[in-house]
Amino acid sequence: MGAQVHGTQEFNKAKRAEIKFSDEAMNTVNIIISRYPQGKQKSALLPVLHVAQAEFGGWLSPEVMDYVAEILKIKPIEVFEVASFYTMYNLKPVGKCVLEVCQTSSCWLNGAEDIVKYIEKKLNIKVGETTKDGMFTLKVAECLGSCGTAPMLQCGASFHENLTYQKVDTIIDEYKTSNKLRSYTDLDYKNTL
Amino acid sequence: MGRKLLIQNDKVPGIETLAVYKAHGGYASVEKALKSMTPDQVTEEVKKSGLRGRGGAGFPTGMKWSFLAKPEGVPRYLVCNADESEPGTFKDRYLMEKIPHALIEGMITSSYALGANQSYIYIRGEYFYVSRILETAIAEAYAAGLLGKNILGTNYSLELSVQVGGGAYICGEETALLESLEGKRGNPRIKPPFPAVAGLWGCPTVVNNVETIAAVCPIVMMGGEEYAKIGIGKSTGTKLISASGHINKPGVYEIELGVPVEEFIYSEEYCGGIRNGKKLKAVVAGGSSVPILPTELILKTAKGEPRLMTYESLADGGFQTGTMLGSGGFIVMDEDTSIVKNLFTFSRFYHHESCGQCSPCREGTGWMEKILKKFLNGTANESDVDLLWDIQSKIEGKTICPLGEAAAWPVAAAIRHFKHEFIEIAKNKKFVDISHYERLNKIRV
Repeated sequence: MGAQVHGTQEFNKAKRAEIKFSDEAMNTVNIIISRYPQGKQKSALLPVLHVAQAEFGGWLSPEVMDYVAEILKIKPIEVFEVASFYTMYNLKPVGKCVLEVCQTSSCWLNGAEDIVKYIEKKLNIKVGETTKDGMFTLKVAECLGSCGTAPMLQCGASFHENLTYQKVDTIIDEYKTSNKLRSYTDLDYKNTL
Repeated sequence: MGRKLLIQNDKVPGIETLAVYKAHGGYASVEKALKSMTPDQVTEEVKKSGLRGRGGAGFPTGMKWSFLAKPEGVPRYLVCNADESEPGTFKDRYLMEKIPHALIEGMITSSYALGANQSYIYIRGEYFYVSRILETAIAEAYAAGLLGKNILGTNYSLELSVQVGGGAYICGEETALLESLEGKRGNPRIKPPFPAVAGLWGCPTVVNNVETIAAVCPIVMMGGEEYAKIGIGKSTGTKLISASGHINKPGVYEIELGVPVEEFIYSEEYCGGIRNGKKLKAVVAGGSSVPILPTELILKTAKGEPRLMTYESLADGGFQTGTMLGSGGFIVMDEDTSIVKNLFTFSRFYHHESCGQCSPCREGTGWMEKILKKFLNGTANESDVDLLWDIQSKIEGKTICPLGEAAAWPVAAAIRHFKHEFIEIAKNKKFVDISHYERLNKIRV
């Protein structure tokens, strides 16, 4: 248990004791588990991790992973090996809004590199960093399936497509004003198409 | 105008709802299959249709279905591969987002044919909002008695649910997808056994692409033989093409297989020609994995025949002068595009997405990305072209799954057809990206 099993972050027993899904989140988790045959509840791991990430501040701490393991009746290492394999799970704290700019072929052909530079300058951070106020984290992503509407960025459940500098300004302003944690599981996604 | 069988109603207001979808003939294939056909008869029509897997490999769907083992007392599963991640491909997203019921109808009809009573749609995590659209549509289908126990009063029952992934290209490989669906890392399995014998939780499983499953509905309605009359030779039916890059009208187009490539690029019905009056330089015709072809080879085969949008015509000439239809991710590049820089984005992609199981892929993809980086910062030598060629040739065929090939082929093709670009950069010790200003103009608004 602890640091070895959970990777780079320290495991804190006191924190672990405080972690508990809200009734609503627990209800969602139970619905997800019910989709699989008896005894195959491990299958629910990927979707449950998305719920956990949204519930506990946008990232998966060792304590949260331990909690998920308990719910699914699997070992903590089984959670960590999955969480560390897939790119959508954050194993370190991130900003409230994670801006993921696609950089693969069609997006590059349409100016993705300059969009990244523009955001870096605007927010005064480099790719992989978080703004001092904890509002934004900038990431680059590989092909997000918006090749026909390139360049694009994803933030939580929302796809922002056919980006221009002006659109980026608007998006960042809107996110700042709403001052909310954005998750993949959000229901108020905005498809700008 | 070609015939459309999948997205003909994509612009109908409210088509994402069950009521409007049904008003436009939706769920007729479920009615027909469950009430007047045996499961084997449905499979037979799919065989006759000549339908081939629309995810990229192009394997005959009817044959894949016929391999499914049917031991007594063991559940069978149909799993829909909605992990669309091949760069340049966004057709499944379009279909699911606009007409979610088309996929659900296909899932019911196909599950009935396969004798599956529990089916899953595995969708890439980045498409989380699309999973919401699908879940809403599934709930509507349950409420209307199209899913659940005794569908439409027959004795056939089916449970259908969606599972979101966590962001990994490799999960589009069917055995990696099954691992992921079981809540594990997406490491591809060694085959055999194939999923048809031991798939999800060790049970017989068929994994099909979104578009493949949706195509089963028109096949059941019109009959396999009628469907097979569309297209040319072994390329039957219609195909969704995701068009992107330097074209006037990027988007998803449904074509009858057999449309000439030249018509697809230049006609107003499809891509509408190259943006800003530029000339065509190259096309990646079927998603990032397939070989890139220069203008002269994408418009005409080496024999001088017009190249057609079919599995066979695009592959004509093998990899020396041809390519593949793949997933239908059609990326068009104009005369100012740097092939080396575009290849770098592909190689970075494959390095990022390698699952790390097999050394040739895990290490090789990283080496290729590093060498290409040298070209971009002007430190590459001419011998690096040979080194790049050497590495790609040592990945191909030496890995558990085809990600190795997918990473090697674009490198090989770029060197095969555009070697002079690599040499020029190495000689000048300088990389100039001449299309940069134009890209900047597009977004600097």
